[in-house]
Amino acid sequence: MIHLAGPYLLATVLVGLGVFGIAVRRNAVLLLVGVELVLSGALVLLVTTQAAGADRWSAGSVLPLFVITIAAAETVLALAVILTAFRQRSRVDLDEPSGEAP
Amino acid sequence: MTALDTAFAATALVAVAGGLLAVTTRHVVHAALWLVVALLGVAGSLLVLGAELVALVLVLVYVGAVVVLVLFALMLTRAPIGPDLAHAAQPWRTVGAALLGAAVALLLGSVLLPLAGDPVQRADVATTQVAGALFGTWVWPFELLSALLLAALVAALAVSRIPREAAS
Repeated sequence: MIHLAGPYLLATVLVGLGVFGIAVRRNAVLLLVGVELVLSGALVLLVTTQAAGADRWSAGSVLPLFVITIAAAETVLALAVILTAFRQRSRVDLDEPSGEAP
Repeated sequence: MTALDTAFAATALVAVAGGLLAVTTRHVVHAALWLVVALLGVAGSLLVLGAELVALVLVLVYVGAVVVLVLFALMLTRAPIGPDLAHAAQPWRTVGAALLGAAVALLLGSVLLPLAGDPVQRADVATTQVAGALFGTWVWPFELLSALLLAALVAALAVSRIPREAAS
C-alpha cells in the first residue's frame, strides 16, 4: 500500500525547482539542468499512474522510456547549438543582447 | 505510513535536496554533480514505485550520458572552477524566479494533491509485460523514436559544422 500524495508532491516540487532553475540561470548550459528537473518531475508523474494501476497498455512504463529518449535527443541538440553559439560569440550569457557579438 | 511510504519519503528527500542545490549553487560544475544526486534520488523513487526498468534507464541515460554531456559542454565553454561570478544572478532575478517556481508548484500541487485519495495497492508491472506493450501496442512510436534519434544526431553534427564566419 502506498499513498499517492508523496509522488504527486515530489513531481510538484521537482517541476517548481526546475522552473526556478530555468528562470534564474544566465549560463546557457546550466539552463539544461532546470529542464532535466522538469522532465524528471514528469517521469515521476507518469510512473505514479503505473503504480496506481490506472494505465492502459502499460503506458505508465512505456511513455517514461520515450520521455527519457526524447530528453536525451533534446539535450544533444541544445548542447550543439550552445557550443556553436560559444564558438561564434565566445560567451554563453543568456542576458547578452543579440547585437553585441564581437 | 507504510514501509513503502517511508522509503519513498527518503528517496524523494534526496531528490529534492539534490535538485535544490543543483539550481542554487554558484559553482557550475557542482550544479551538474548535484543533478546526478537529484536524478539518483528520482531513480530511487521510481524503484519504490515499482518501475525498475524506468529507474535503470534513467540512471543509464541521464546520469551516464546526459550529465556527462553537460559536463563536457561546461568544459568546452570554459566554465570557471570557482564560483561563477560572470553569470551571477541579480537579487531581483532570484526573487522573481523563486516566485515563478513557487507559483508553478502551487498550481500543480493544487491540481494534483486533491487527486490523491486513500492509499492504493502498488501495481506490479513485470518487465515482460512492458516489453510486450512496447513491441506490440507502442511499436510504431518506438520506431519513430529511432528516426528521431537519428535526426537529432545528424542535426547536431550539422549545427556544429557551421563555420565561424557564417553568423557575422
